[in-house]
Amino acid sequence: MLKISNLKVKLEDEDKVILKGLNLAVGHGQVHAIMGPNGSGKSTLSYVLSGKSGYEVTGGTAELSGENMLDLDPEDRAAQGLFLAFQYPVEIPGVGNMTFLRTAVNSQRKARGEQEMSAADFLKLVRAKAKELKIDAEMLKRPVNVGFSGGEKKRNEILQMAVLEPNLCILDETDSGLDVDAMKLVAKGVNALRDESRSFLVITHYQRLLDYIKPDVVHIMADGRIIKSGGPELALEVEENGYAELLAEVS
Amino acid sequence: MPVSTNIIDQTGALISSQEMPKTYWDQRIQALSRLRNISLPSKKDEYWKYTDPQVFNNPSVLLTNVVITDENPMFGIIDCLKLVFVDGIFDKTSSDSLDDEPVELVWLSSGTKDKSFWASNFYGSLEAEAQNRVARPLAAFNSAFAQEGLLLRVFGKVVKPIHIEYINKSPTADVILHHCVKVEQEASVTLIESGAAAARFNKVMEVDLSVGSSFDHVNVQGTDIEGVVSSQLFAKLSSECSLKSFALTINGTLTRHESIIDLVGDNSSAYLAGAAIGGGLFHHDDTVFITHDALACESRQVFKKVLRRGGKGIFQGKILVKPKAQKTDGYQISQALLLDEESQFLVKPELEIYADDVACSHGSTSGAIDEEALFYLRSRGVPDEKARELLVLAFLAEVFDEIDNAEIAEELVNHLQLYLSGYL
Repeated sequence: MLKISNLKVKLEDEDKVILKGLNLAVGHGQVHAIMGPNGSGKSTLSYVLSGKSGYEVTGGTAELSGENMLDLDPEDRAAQGLFLAFQYPVEIPGVGNMTFLRTAVNSQRKARGEQEMSAADFLKLVRAKAKELKIDAEMLKRPVNVGFSGGEKKRNEILQMAVLEPNLCILDETDSGLDVDAMKLVAKGVNALRDESRSFLVITHYQRLLDYIKPDVVHIMADGRIIKSGGPELALEVEENGYAELLAEVS
Repeated sequence: MPVSTNIIDQTGALISSQEMPKTYWDQRIQALSRLRNISLPSKKDEYWKYTDPQVFNNPSVLLTNVVITDENPMFGIIDCLKLVFVDGIFDKTSSDSLDDEPVELVWLSSGTKDKSFWASNFYGSLEAEAQNRVARPLAAFNSAFAQEGLLLRVFGKVVKPIHIEYINKSPTADVILHHCVKVEQEASVTLIESGAAAARFNKVMEVDLSVGSSFDHVNVQGTDIEGVVSSQLFAKLSSECSLKSFALTINGTLTRHESIIDLVGDNSSAYLAGAAIGGGLFHHDDTVFITHDALACESRQVFKKVLRRGGKGIFQGKILVKPKAQKTDGYQISQALLLDEESQFLVKPELEIYADDVACSHGSTSGAIDEEALFYLRSRGVPDEKARELLVLAFLAEVFDEIDNAEIAEELVNHLQLYLSGYL
C-alpha cells in the first residue's frame, strides 16, 4: 500500500535536514505505529506525505499503491486515497462543516472520474457516520472546527475519514489533548474503519493509544530515520524504559 | 486651504458642459452655488487622498468596453416591484406599477408647482446640511444637474422589495440620478438597486426616516468592466428608526460609495455593510460619516474587501458623537483579504467623541489567504482553486449576515459564487 524508500527531506527555507533516508513499507490492511522522541521527524513525515508546502524532498520516493505521490498536489493525493488526520485540526470560520465535507467528497469523486454524490445520499451517509461517532448534528451545521472542543475536533477528523473512505490513513498524534473517554471513542471510530483494503499509519508519543488501536508493526523513529521495528511489544518497551536505551543501542 | 485655480477652472468647465433641467429650479440653483463655493474634489482634499476624483470631474466620459450582462439577472427569483432605468431613463414598459402599494411615487423630471409638496423642501436638503461638516462636491453637482430620480413617499408597510434595475447600453452614458425617499411614521420599505447604470454614474439618494420607520437598502454593483460610480447615501433618522444599507460590489473600475448618516432621534439604529471583490483596475472606496446627535442610538459598520491583481480598497469611516448623544453604541470593522502582494488596502478610521457615556469600537485588518486553512481543505481533496473560492466566501460571509432578508442574502451569495467560479 505505502512504500517509502530512502526519503530525504529538508526545510525549504533553511538548511535543516529532517528526514535522512527513511524506509517504510505498510502492507494492505495493516496498522503501523510510529513512535519516537520529540523532533525525530514524525509530524514532518505526515506532512510530506500529504503534500504540505515548506518542505523540500531531496531524495527518495513515497509510493501509494505503486505510484510515486511526492510530485502530486495535496488534493490529488487525497483523491488517490491518502488521508491525514491532523494533530491540530484547522478552524475555518465561514465555511460550513457540511459544505466543506460535501465539496471534498465530490471533488475526490470528480478527480477519480466517478459520479458525484447527491445531496440526499450525502446527508444520509454523514448522519449515519456522525451518529456512530456521537457527533451532534448541531456540530455539523457549524463552521469547520470553529468552537469545537479538542475532542470534538479529533472526532470530526475521524468523521471525515469515515466519509471519505481513504486507502491510507495517517493519524498524526490523534491522541494528543484527549481524555481517556475521548480517546476510546476516536479509537473505536478508527477500528470500525479497519479492513483488509485500508492501511493505517499511527503516529504517537505514547503507547496508550495503541492499547485501543492495536498495531501490526511498531517503528521507532529517531533523527529522521526508522531505527527499530518490531511487534506491539516494542511500544510496551518504550513505555517502560523510554527512548534513551533504544537510542543508545543504535548509536 | 485655498482651492487651486485648476480646480476652479475644472468646476467651471464641468458646469458649463451640463444643461440644468428645469424642474426644481430653485433647489438646483442653490446646489450650484454650493458647488461653486466648494469646487470639485481634488486629490489634495482630506477625503480624496486615496481616490483620484479626476474621472468624475471631466466634462464627459467614454468607455470602450460596455458589457451587457443579462444572462444572470439579479433577483430574478425574488418577487419584487421592478423599476427599470436604461442609461438613466426610466423604462415604463419594463417596470411594475406601484399603484397598489402604500406609496406615492413621482418623478424628478415631472417637476412640481406645489411649494408645499414634500420633495420641494426635501430635495437637496440633506446634501446641503452635510456640506457643513465635510464638502461633498459630487453630491452638490448631482443636486444641481440630476436628470432623473424617484421621489418616493412610503405610508405603510411595503411587503415586496422595490427593485431599481439599472441597465447600461451606451458607452457614453453619463448618468446623474437623484432619488428622494421619505418613509412616514411606522412605515417600512426595502429598496434594492442593481446593475451597471452607466459609463459614468453619479447617484445621490436622500432618505428621511420618520418616527418608528424602517428602511432596508441593498445596492449591488458590478460585473461591468469599466463603469465608474459615485454613489452617495444621505439619511436622517428620527427616533425609533432602523436603517440598513448593504452594498455588494463585484468588479468594475472606480467605485466611490459614501454614506452620510445623521441620527437625530433617540433609540434609532443605522447598520451599514459592504462586500467588495475585484482586481486589476478595481478601485473601491467606502467613505462613511455617521453623526450621533441623539440618545441611545446604535451604529454599525461592517466592510470587507477581497482584492487581487493589484486591486485597491479604501475605507474611510468616521463616527462623530455629539455632546448630547449619551449611551451611543458605535461599532466599526473594516477588513481586507489581499490575494496577492500587488493589492492594497488603505484605511482611515476616525472616532470623534464629545459625550462621556459612550461605547465605541473600531478595528481594521488586512491579511492573505490562510495557508493552513488552504492546506487543510486541499488535503481533503478540494482543488486549490475551489479551496480559495471557499475561503473567499468564508471571509465575506460575515457581511452577508448583516442582511435581514434571507432570500436576498442567498441571492447575493449565489451571484458571488457564480462570479468566483468564473461564470460572470
